[in-house]
Amino acid sequence: MKIAIASGKGGTGKSTVAANLAYTIARSRDVVLVDCDVEEPNLHLFFPAPAVDVPVTTPVPEIDPDRCTLCGECGRFCRFGALAVVKDCVLTFPHLCHSCGGCTLVCPQGAIREVPRTIGRVACSRPLPRLVLVSGILNEGEVQAPAVIRAAKMFAEGHPLILYDASPGIACPVIETLEGSDFCLLVTESTPFGLHDLRLAVEVAETLGIPAGIVINRSDGEDAATVAFAQEHNLPILMTIPFSREIAAVQNRGGLIGRDLPGWEERFMDLFTGVSP
Amino acid sequence: MIVCITARAAGTEAPVEQRFGRAPYFVFVDTETGKSESVENPLVDAAGGVGPRAAQVLSEHGATVLITGQVGGNAARALGTGGIKAYAYRGSGSVADALAAYTAGNLQPIPLA
Repeated sequence: MKIAIASGKGGTGKSTVAANLAYTIARSRDVVLVDCDVEEPNLHLFFPAPAVDVPVTTPVPEIDPDRCTLCGECGRFCRFGALAVVKDCVLTFPHLCHSCGGCTLVCPQGAIREVPRTIGRVACSRPLPRLVLVSGILNEGEVQAPAVIRAAKMFAEGHPLILYDASPGIACPVIETLEGSDFCLLVTESTPFGLHDLRLAVEVAETLGIPAGIVINRSDGEDAATVAFAQEHNLPILMTIPFSREIAAVQNRGGLIGRDLPGWEERFMDLFTGVSP
Repeated sequence: MIVCITARAAGTEAPVEQRFGRAPYFVFVDTETGKSESVENPLVDAAGGVGPRAAQVLSEHGATVLITGQVGGNAARALGTGGIKAYAYRGSGSVADALAAYTAGNLQPIPLA
């Protein structure tokens, strides 16, 4: 089973829920936790352990100057400006390339081939006997987050139980993370912003046809609007985490409330039971 | 020599556009014959990477001088490699005004990579 943890709004507690859920499950069975927030991965902070790094590459064009006639077709074709034919040479801008391969197809001389370029890495570790952590890490300044997310997910592929921690928002990286998931846990907070972005995230899950449930984090007890929204959309509220200084203190020192606070391991186990049929 | 001036509309009376890659028009003026050609820029609403693509458009039209407000890093590299010199016109005048200022030697060159 593949469970994605997403939110829409940033900072609602996706990683808190993902880390604690993974920790709790790993007490009794094998689980792989994949950090798909590749622009700012943070799950390794909860689970420090030595990791093995594997580079992630993406194909970019390389020009054979002996064959190139400077006809300009590649530059006119590339909508990302990754190639420009100026005067007597073809310039490439690898960081603008989206690796579509189109330039190799339109070149009438067959002068373009694709070569790998490193844009990030995947770090694998085993912080607990039954927990494998796979973190996708996109290099600074790079734009191709989905490629690193795909690579990170591939490392976990085939495992019977996988958790995907998504990035905030509802753009390409989140779609890439949700793709192929069996369930989507949407973490929200009881604020107007939390509800606004939850609404967007629910639309994404609905569009992708992925069943979803809600976790309300930092609840101040005034969750009526969120509860009404959940009922309207037939979404179960699977867990409510209160706004509490005690929880914040554990979180701030990189701790896990499922491990460090009594009663929370059981609650996260209940959350898992609520998700898995 | 062919000079390209970025403009908000076609023709030499059009106001100069400060942006390079997203300028609505490129006005190419042949300084020997005085003839001008206005080319609509298809990249105005493009998602990104407009700098190198605009540089290729200039190269294809044989321009060796560009007059505009400012250029970004990718555009600068493409222009520099293509042997196109860039000059900054920060006024609110027309294409003709900008060309006159360039001819009079009053425009500062934009450093290219």
